[in-house]
Amino acid sequence: MKIGTPKEIFDGEARVAMTPASALQLQKLGYDCAIESGAGLAAGFSDATYVEAGVEVIKTAAALWKDVDIIAKVRQPNETELKRLNGDKTLISFFNPAGNEDGMALAKSKGANVIAMEMVPRISRAQKMDALSSMANIAGYRAVIEAGNNFGRFFTGQITAAGKVPPAKVLVVGAGVAGLAAIGTSTSLGAITLAFDVRPEVAEQVESMGAEFVYLDFEEEQQDGAATGGYASVSSPEFREAQLAKFRELAPEVDIVITTALIPNREAPELWTADMVAAMKPGSVIVDLAAEKGGNCKLTVMDEKIVTDNGVTIIGYTDFPSRMASQASTLYSTNIRHMMTDLTPEKDGQINHNMEDDVIRGATVTHQGEITFPPPPPKVAAIAAQKKPEVKELTPEEKREAEVAAFKAQTKQQVTLLAVAGGLILLVGLVAPASFMQHFIVFVLACFVGFQVIWGVAHSLHTPLMAVTNAISSIIILGALMQIGSSSFLVILLAALSVFMAGINIFGGFLVTRRMLAMFQKS
Amino acid sequence: MEFGFTTAAYVVAAVLFILSLGGLSGQESAKRAVWYGIVGMGLAVFATLVGPGSGYWLLSLLLIAAGGAIGTVVAQRVQMTEMPQLVAAMHSLVGLAAVFVGFNAHLELGNVLALDDSAKKSLEGFAYLLAKKSSVEINILRVEVFLGIFIGAVTFTGSVVAYGKLAGKVSSAATKLPGGHMLNAGAAGLSFLCLIWYFNTGGFLPLFIMTLAALFIGYHLIMGIGGADMPVVVSMLNSYSGWAAAAIGFSLGNDLLIVVGALVGSSGAILSYIMCKAMNRSFVSVILGGFGGTTGPAMEVEGEQIAIDAEGVATALDEADSVIIIPGYGMAVAQAQQNVAELTRRLRAKGKEVRFAIHPVAGRLPGHMNVLLAEAKVPYDIVMEMDEINDDFPTTDVAIVIGSNDIVNPAAQEDPNSPIAGMPVLECWKAKQVFVSKRGQGTGYSGIENPLFYKENTRMFYGDAKASLDTLLTMIN
Repeated sequence: MKIGTPKEIFDGEARVAMTPASALQLQKLGYDCAIESGAGLAAGFSDATYVEAGVEVIKTAAALWKDVDIIAKVRQPNETELKRLNGDKTLISFFNPAGNEDGMALAKSKGANVIAMEMVPRISRAQKMDALSSMANIAGYRAVIEAGNNFGRFFTGQITAAGKVPPAKVLVVGAGVAGLAAIGTSTSLGAITLAFDVRPEVAEQVESMGAEFVYLDFEEEQQDGAATGGYASVSSPEFREAQLAKFRELAPEVDIVITTALIPNREAPELWTADMVAAMKPGSVIVDLAAEKGGNCKLTVMDEKIVTDNGVTIIGYTDFPSRMASQASTLYSTNIRHMMTDLTPEKDGQINHNMEDDVIRGATVTHQGEITFPPPPPKVAAIAAQKKPEVKELTPEEKREAEVAAFKAQTKQQVTLLAVAGGLILLVGLVAPASFMQHFIVFVLACFVGFQVIWGVAHSLHTPLMAVTNAISSIIILGALMQIGSSSFLVILLAALSVFMAGINIFGGFLVTRRMLAMFQKS
Repeated sequence: MEFGFTTAAYVVAAVLFILSLGGLSGQESAKRAVWYGIVGMGLAVFATLVGPGSGYWLLSLLLIAAGGAIGTVVAQRVQMTEMPQLVAAMHSLVGLAAVFVGFNAHLELGNVLALDDSAKKSLEGFAYLLAKKSSVEINILRVEVFLGIFIGAVTFTGSVVAYGKLAGKVSSAATKLPGGHMLNAGAAGLSFLCLIWYFNTGGFLPLFIMTLAALFIGYHLIMGIGGADMPVVVSMLNSYSGWAAAAIGFSLGNDLLIVVGALVGSSGAILSYIMCKAMNRSFVSVILGGFGGTTGPAMEVEGEQIAIDAEGVATALDEADSVIIIPGYGMAVAQAQQNVAELTRRLRAKGKEVRFAIHPVAGRLPGHMNVLLAEAKVPYDIVMEMDEINDDFPTTDVAIVIGSNDIVNPAAQEDPNSPIAGMPVLECWKAKQVFVSKRGQGTGYSGIENPLFYKENTRMFYGDAKASLDTLLTMIN
């Protein structure tokens, strides 16, 4: 089958869904690759580099759409593009299925299979095709760069001959993929970085990136992030108040605020209010990564950079990944390639659209003339569940009590055992003659010694133990030796056989034990 | 005069045997401990020959030498993977010897009782001992002889069957004759009747019938126990061979036999206990064969088994800092211990922390895996017991499961309805990544589905363990 990528027609979109590198990998899966002439130019991939990678360059979009079986692109397709689909074609792209019912209906009427890259479920196995994460990663990085571009000072603190420069203070709100990328970039530039998230379980990740987690003084059981597929959910009004109060307190101190708070399928929550903006120092920068969904700051204007009256710059760009088109295309095309790998288990260049597979099922929005959105919940839970509360530490008194109780139980058990065993021995002693009792006492003591000794044997030496006990249980040879001097031929014969067998055992057992033990070596 | 010397020698021998077992508490002291055992045995045999042994010295020595030659050859030739069957075979010899010695005691008793008082005075050796006994003592002697033969006979056939199963000469599946445990119970009842009969008459017939019954019990009991329960079976037979020796010791009035028999008996009993504990099953349920009944439907296993090739494993190992290897019977079957050891050496040469986690019932013999790894020159200080290493899995990058199944089954902890619920297992799924080297998709011995194979962080590395590791080794150097 043939997989092709048209030029993105969305205004200002510079990314491309296939790079020469990913084309090589797709060819390994058995696919032929095609690209519309000039599709990769904005991302820095010329037609020539594609040709070099064995990709067919097709002059017009219409010809490409007609020619290929699988279309991989970046942006949500428009009506013209969707009309070019038919029942034999598969489209892989961002699709925004929740807000694109017309598009889905159109794709359904055309009978095409559509895989929406944003619908890839968040499970470990699907991470390699999670385009949202790879794009968010870029957005987080670029947000810091854009902020730095508009921020008049250094990020890192310096003491120079020309005076002391304080480090910039950066607050990242929302520690998702974008937030963590922003934290990483910001700390590596040398800024003091604070981070906040409504999911307290990400505090560890934040701290691992070198930022300080802003804890709220708030006692409420937070909903487990794992239960909602790793995304944040709506928080209670009380929690929101505590959160805003904390931000108000921080607003005058911070130089750069990067907000990344998004809740799936909802308007972005307002986290950075107008009065906080007013409280900020002139020259501060706010980068609102949620601008597309209305912004975490209500002053944000989508796709624009504005400067407020008190000199705070608010950046509301939504095309951060496209601003780093080369990097974004590389990552996105790799996500597509992984998706194709899962769709082509046989590596024979034929799509196997397996609707039983969690990942493929989740991402498919139309399949064989049916709308398959929204998907059923994935069978595997998304990410690690929140830690269970620790077992309560026992107080010293309780510990002591438990110890005493255990000691008492042990004593009781031992005394009972001794009493029973002693009683039994006494009973035997009542009926048995003295000669028997002599041996019996030896026997009981030997059992006792055996139990004491064997418990100390190392587990790793159990096999040698068996071999050596085997050898010494041939002590039965003594019995045979005592009997061999008999006058009866039968007795002599049986005793001789016993001696012979015990002889095998003695030598075999000891030698094999020695052989085994010699093998045990310390490093 | 010899008798005083003999007793003294016996005391020394008994002490040496105790030291020999006690020395097995550590790998280094164990090397010395074996010599204690050897010296103890030599001393005991010598003291018996010069003391109460009497007669046919040359024959005895020749027989010991002949047996010793065979034993030496076997001990030098045996493969370490064949240890379980060797141990089982040696148990059977002890069992059979106990039966013979028991019969002899009976025959001698008959001979002696037939003599008149004057003739008794002229007797020597064992017969002399018998002649001194009062009638109560003779009755007790009969019980002792009876017990010795009974235990010896059960040990004999049991060990032969265990040998057959371990050597693959008999199907290792649990098979029972129609009637099942009723047959065993019947044979045991018959033996008990024979005991009463023998106690009263002292005739040979009851003894003989009992021997046949005991031989049958040994055969049928072990036939009904499956392959993976063999660690328990072998240690149980180990225990029996000890008790048989002790019972014979009673009948012969020989304290050293009693002491050593008791030592071996309790050693085997403790081993069986440890094995049962490691499987969270009662001794009785293991002996009666088969797994206990389940209390409800097993938990649904979700997800899929994801395969991985050698390249993927090599990359993961290259990136890992800490690795734990969990070997099982499959490694022994595939004879892959040398490859495992080579892998360990190469990874350690790269500065990675490699350790082994050994479950008490891994393999077919207690401590079987340790011996195999030691043979392949894996240093014993990186081979850990389950309790030592279980807490370390969460901080481990890669866990490699080679040929083990039930001992790494998370169902034991997660699914209260599982037949192995509550069995202590190696928690390898807590490692960041788990690779399972396994021949195919089937279930293990117990037939229990293993959810480990379906976990998110588990990758299945299909193929024969040895061949898989061979390919893996070409990629790691």
